[in-house]
Amino acid sequence: MLVSAALVLMMTGPGLALFYGGLVRRKNVLSTMMHSFILMAVVTVVWAVVGYSLAFGGTGPFLGDLHFAFLNNVGAAPNADYAATIPQQTFMIYQLMFAIITPALISGAFAERMKFSAMLLFTVLWLLLVYFPMAHMVWGKGGLLNAFSGGKVPTFDFAGGTVVHITSGVSALVCALYLGKRVGYPTVAMKPHSLVLSVIGACLLWVGWFGFNAGSALAASSLATSAFVATHFGAAAAALGWLFAEWMHNGKPSMLGGISGCVAGLVAITPASGFVQPFPALLIGACAGVLCYFMVIAVKAKFGYDDTLDAFGVHGAGGTLGALLTGVFATSLVNDGLKDAKGHVLPLGLVDGQPGQVLNQAIGCAVAWGLAIVGTLIILKVCDLLVGVRVTKEQEMEGLDVSQHGEEGYIFEA
Amino acid sequence: MKKIEAIIQPFKLEEVKEALKAIGIDGMTITEVRGHGRQKGHKETYRGQEYNVDLLPKVKVELVVTDDRINEVTSAIATSARTGKIGDGKIFVYEVAEAIRIRNDDRGEAAL
Repeated sequence: MLVSAALVLMMTGPGLALFYGGLVRRKNVLSTMMHSFILMAVVTVVWAVVGYSLAFGGTGPFLGDLHFAFLNNVGAAPNADYAATIPQQTFMIYQLMFAIITPALISGAFAERMKFSAMLLFTVLWLLLVYFPMAHMVWGKGGLLNAFSGGKVPTFDFAGGTVVHITSGVSALVCALYLGKRVGYPTVAMKPHSLVLSVIGACLLWVGWFGFNAGSALAASSLATSAFVATHFGAAAAALGWLFAEWMHNGKPSMLGGISGCVAGLVAITPASGFVQPFPALLIGACAGVLCYFMVIAVKAKFGYDDTLDAFGVHGAGGTLGALLTGVFATSLVNDGLKDAKGHVLPLGLVDGQPGQVLNQAIGCAVAWGLAIVGTLIILKVCDLLVGVRVTKEQEMEGLDVSQHGEEGYIFEA
Repeated sequence: MKKIEAIIQPFKLEEVKEALKAIGIDGMTITEVRGHGRQKGHKETYRGQEYNVDLLPKVKVELVVTDDRINEVTSAIATSARTGKIGDGKIFVYEVAEAIRIRNDDRGEAAL
């Protein structure tokens, strides 16, 4: 579990920092990497003070309580509500890594134009208003959407399709719309300044994702292996899906297409990873690769929003697709955790003869979408009133590295 | 004295250097530049965002030679830099008014 926790942290820094950092222009590389890096510090503090408790304390349907505030009573003794075989502190630190990467994913939408101060404030409020409630609803004891502890709308989200990817992806779209386009978009050339960094980052994400998904089994079990396999298969199929879609549609298969596809597949397989068999995992990945390609190249162009690094097109769209397909392909052959009062294993998704599960998954998605849209809008408005969310036009032209941080990523004459 | 300014394909730089060395020219300045003449650029696509890249990477070689060597040197550059395809570049020749060696204040051809 500790290795898994470390792997998930590696997804944010260096994984996401490199992936996003390479995709922006040279003048914004540090500010973009900073978005990921600083959250490793900020979210940790918020998590220790109230975050863990609001997500995993208490048994309310929407939000936890302050039972574990300041990590009170979170020690070596296991918390049987979540993981009976590991110290609660292990569970706590593992879940923290998810809370770190989720807001870091959003930063892809507002990269190259958001004030650093506003970004910090936004993140803290967003955790409180969107992430902790969603995590509690899906994973917390008594949570509204938690299939495994008597939630009213039982949904399956093994490692965070709704909690992590829909909330971050949809919030990203709201941010992109609220902040508006970057100066010069889409007429001025805004090429990724180093796809080499992005490739390294994406590959670190791929590896780290094993901690994310397989680790979510919370034990070194056959379920963890199954999630590991599904994760890998999903990523592989999606990389091919995006690449071939691009090849047929645009004439050339690109490296950027390959890594974008693998991330889309990892996103889509996340909710499904602990519920589906290898071949459905391949199918989910392939669908995600093709869908996200068209989200990014066609839908974004049609509606004209400037989602800088396609956080919505990949995480919002891929997360929603994955959550819905989890309802189709989830099977008790993989996950026998859902039992009736007599201890009989219950069927899970459509392939188990439970078509209603797809509807439950859709409701779960709708809750995540709704919470993300409303929460993010309110928070952006508050941040705008308090500190202003967007840098000035001059600062944006100069680049955020110099204007926000007083430094440059590359000093060639040094 | 004449200054020769040759804009060539970057991958031809080594051959040009060898050709100049073979005729006894051992001083030059090179710069990485971007530009285009009649050569069309190429299309790049990043997640559906298309960019036409028409300013292509070239290398600019500059050297100053005595008047009597001008034909010999320009033809050495032209022959070694040529692929026969569009985009091979151009050579320009200018008059040079004065040359000064900073180290010891040599003037004129003595400074070359």
